[in-house]
Amino acid sequence: MAVKTYLQAISDGLRQEMQRDRRVYVIGEDVGVYGGAFKVTQGFQEEFGPWRVIDAPLSETAIVGSCTGAAIMGMRPVAEMQFADFVSCAWDQLVTVSAKQFYRAGTPVPIVVRLPSGGGFSGGPFHSQNPESSFAHIPGLKIVCPATPADAKGLIASSIEDANPVLYFEHKHLYRRIKDEVPDERYTVPFGQARIHREGDDITVVTWGAMVYTADEAANALAEEDVSVEVIDLRTIVPWDKEAVLKSVEKTSKVLVLHEDTRTGGFGAEIAATITEESFENLDAPVRRITAPDSPVPFSPPLEKAFIPQVEDVVAGLRDLAGY
Amino acid sequence: MPQMGVSVSEGTITKWLKQPGDAITADEPLLEISTDKVDTEVPSPATGIVQKILTQEGETVEVGTVIALIGPEGAEADAAEPPPEPATARAAEQAEEASSAEGETASAEATEAAPSAPPSGAAAEEAPAAPEPAAPAAPADGTGDKAFVSPVVARIAAEHGVDPAQVPGTGRGGRVTKKDILGFIESGAPAQASPAAEPSAPAAAPPTPAPAAAPAPAAAPRAEPVEGEQLEPMTAMRRGIADHMRRSLDTSAHVTSAIEVDMSQVVAIREKLKKEYQAAYGVNPTYLSFVARAAVETLKDYPWVNGEIRGEQIVTRPFVNLGFAVELADGKGLIVPVLKNAETLNLLGMAKGVADLAQRARDKQLLPDDVQGGTFTITNPGGYGTFHGTPVISQPQSGILGTYAVVKRPWVIQDELGQDVIAIRPIMNLTLTYDHRLVDGAYAGRFLRDLKQRLESWDEAAY
Repeated sequence: MAVKTYLQAISDGLRQEMQRDRRVYVIGEDVGVYGGAFKVTQGFQEEFGPWRVIDAPLSETAIVGSCTGAAIMGMRPVAEMQFADFVSCAWDQLVTVSAKQFYRAGTPVPIVVRLPSGGGFSGGPFHSQNPESSFAHIPGLKIVCPATPADAKGLIASSIEDANPVLYFEHKHLYRRIKDEVPDERYTVPFGQARIHREGDDITVVTWGAMVYTADEAANALAEEDVSVEVIDLRTIVPWDKEAVLKSVEKTSKVLVLHEDTRTGGFGAEIAATITEESFENLDAPVRRITAPDSPVPFSPPLEKAFIPQVEDVVAGLRDLAGY
Repeated sequence: MPQMGVSVSEGTITKWLKQPGDAITADEPLLEISTDKVDTEVPSPATGIVQKILTQEGETVEVGTVIALIGPEGAEADAAEPPPEPATARAAEQAEEASSAEGETASAEATEAAPSAPPSGAAAEEAPAAPEPAAPAAPADGTGDKAFVSPVVARIAAEHGVDPAQVPGTGRGGRVTKKDILGFIESGAPAQASPAAEPSAPAAAPPTPAPAAAPAPAAAPRAEPVEGEQLEPMTAMRRGIADHMRRSLDTSAHVTSAIEVDMSQVVAIREKLKKEYQAAYGVNPTYLSFVARAAVETLKDYPWVNGEIRGEQIVTRPFVNLGFAVELADGKGLIVPVLKNAETLNLLGMAKGVADLAQRARDKQLLPDDVQGGTFTITNPGGYGTFHGTPVISQPQSGILGTYAVVKRPWVIQDELGQDVIAIRPIMNLTLTYDHRLVDGAYAGRFLRDLKQRLESWDEAAY
C-alpha cells in the first residue's frame, strides 16, 4: 500500500490491466509519444509499444467508432477523450452504435471511454463540463465517477472488465490534489455500490466526484454547529445505489443532492424524484438540490467560482435544511 | 349547527323550540343545543316558516351540518343542499392556531372574531351565501406554518397515535420536526386522542397503540355490561370535561399547597356590607367575592400564577380573566365562566360579576365568549363543608385556587399583652394548585402568604 495521487491511481490501474490482459489497449489524442494531456499514460508507449498505445487523429468519432468495432471483434479498448467536453463529437458512435449494439445484435461492446471532466481552472465552456447526466439518460451505457484514488484504480479495472460501454469520468480537479493510500495489487470496485464518505444522523448529502470533498468540508462546518451530516459518494451514476440512498434518507429524513453539472435534467433531479417517489413518508423537509446554474461554464475566475457549487453554498443549503 | 366557540366541533340538539310549519322571526329562539363548552339556545338566523327539521333531539352533529330548513312563507321544502364547507370552523381553527403562536392581543382578537362569524348553513336561504371566512389575519411572520406536518412526522404521529398539534415544534415557524416528535414520544408523552379543540377527535382513535409510550393509555378492553348496570351515552359536556381533565393532568405538573386563613376580619366586614349591598344593589357579598378580589390583587405580584406555558415561551399578562367553576343543576356537569378583566373590579363589581355568571351558567344563558380566555380559576367546593382538595388546572392556565368551608376553630392568637391565648376564630383553608413546570413551591407559598395577609387584614378602603 502506498500513498498515490488520484491521477497515479488511474494510471496504475490502467497499466495493471494492460499487463494482465493483452486485449486491452489505449487510444486517444496525444496519449502515446506525449503521454496524454494530463500524463495519465506517460511511459505507456515505451512499456507496451505503439500498437497498444495509439495516437489518434483529432476525431473523437474515429476514436470511439474504431474502439466499438475492435470491441465487437474481441478487444478491450480504452479510449481517452482529451477533455470530457469533446465527447459530444462521439455522441453518434456512443449513443447510436455502442449503447444499442448488444440490444440490437447481441454482440457486447466492452469499451471504456475515459473523460477528464470538471472545472475550477478557468478552462471555460469547452474544457470544464460534467456531461455525465446526458449519457445517464441513454440506456446501454454505464457511468462511473470515482472520487478517491482507491476507487479510481478499482473502478478502472471494473470498467475494463465490464461487458458494456462504460464512460469513466475522472475529475481533473482531483488529479493531483487528492492523495490517499492505494493497494498495490489488482482489485475491482463493484458498480452500483455507494460509499459512505462520512456518517451522520441529521442530513444526507448525495453526491459524487469532486463534490464529495466540497460536501465534506461543508459537513465539517455544520459539525461545529452540532448538525451531523452524512455524505454519500455514489461512485457510479449508472447504475446508482438507490438502496444506500434510501436507507440514509430513512435515518436522516432530510436530503441535499449536490452536483457540479448544471441543474435542469441533471442526475440530481433523478435522485430527488426517486426519493420522493419511494421514500416520501420518511421526509421531514423538501429534497434540496445544489448544482451549477443552467449556463455554460464561464472563463472568468470569479464567475466560475459563482458557477461551481462552493463550500459556502453547501453550508448555506445545509443550514437551511437543518433549520427547516 | 352553528359554531359555538372556536374549539367546538359538534353539538347535540337537546330541544326544538319550533316545529315544522311554525313561523319564526330572525333571532327568535329556534332550538337548544348542548356542546362540550356550553348549553345554549340557538336563535333563528332568518325570518320565515320552519319547513323541515333534519336532526332530531338527542342527535349529535358536526358544526356546519344543516339541521333545519327555514323558507319564506309558501315556499317548497326542497332537499337540503349539501352543507357548504364549514368555513367558519376552518377560520376559527386558523384563528386558534394563530392565537396560540401570537401574542395575547392576537388571541383576544381571534376569540372575538370567531363567534361573530355567521352560523353557517343553518337555513336554506342562507346556505348559498357561504360565510366569508372570519379571516383572522394570518400573521405575516410565518407563524401560520405550524400547521404544516411533514410526511415523516405525519407517519410517526399515525404510528404512535400522537397528535402533532400537541408536540412543541422547533422547526421553521414552529413546525414540528421529526426530532421533535421522536423526542416527544421518547419522553413518554402519552399517546392521546386529540383534545376537544380538534374536530373529529372522538372518531380518531389511535390506529395502533404507541409502543414507546409507557403504559398504553386508555384502550381498556370494553367490559360487557353486568346485570343491573345501566348504560347511557356520555353527553358532549361530560366528554369535554373528561378529555380536558385527562389532558390537563397529562400536561401540567400538578402540585397543591394549602394555607389556613383567619377570616375574622372578612366576616366582620361582610356582616356590615351585606345589608348595604342587598338593599342598594341586590347582590350578596359572598366570601368567594372577597377571596376573588384579594386573589386578583395578589396575582399582580405573581404574574406566573396568572401565566401560561405556550410552546417554548412563558406568557404573562397585565390583566386577569378570572374563571369560576360552576356546578350545573342536578349534577349535569361543570362549567367555568370567565369574568374578563377582573383586575378592573372592586369588591362590589366582583360580587355582581360572580353572581351574574353563576346565574347565567345555571340558566344556560352563557355565550361562547363567556367561557373562553380565562387566565386563572377559582373553584369553591367548600359549600359542602370540605376543608381541602386538589383541583385540576383548567388548561392552558398555570394555577387554580381552591376555597373551602369557613369553620370555627380554636386558634392560638396573642392578646394585647403579647400572651398566647386560645380564641374561637372562623378559619378557611385555601389551596393553590399550580403547574410546577412554571411555578415553583416557594413562589406559590409566597402567593398564598400574601393572599392570606390581604384577607386577614382586609382594608375596606382599598377594596
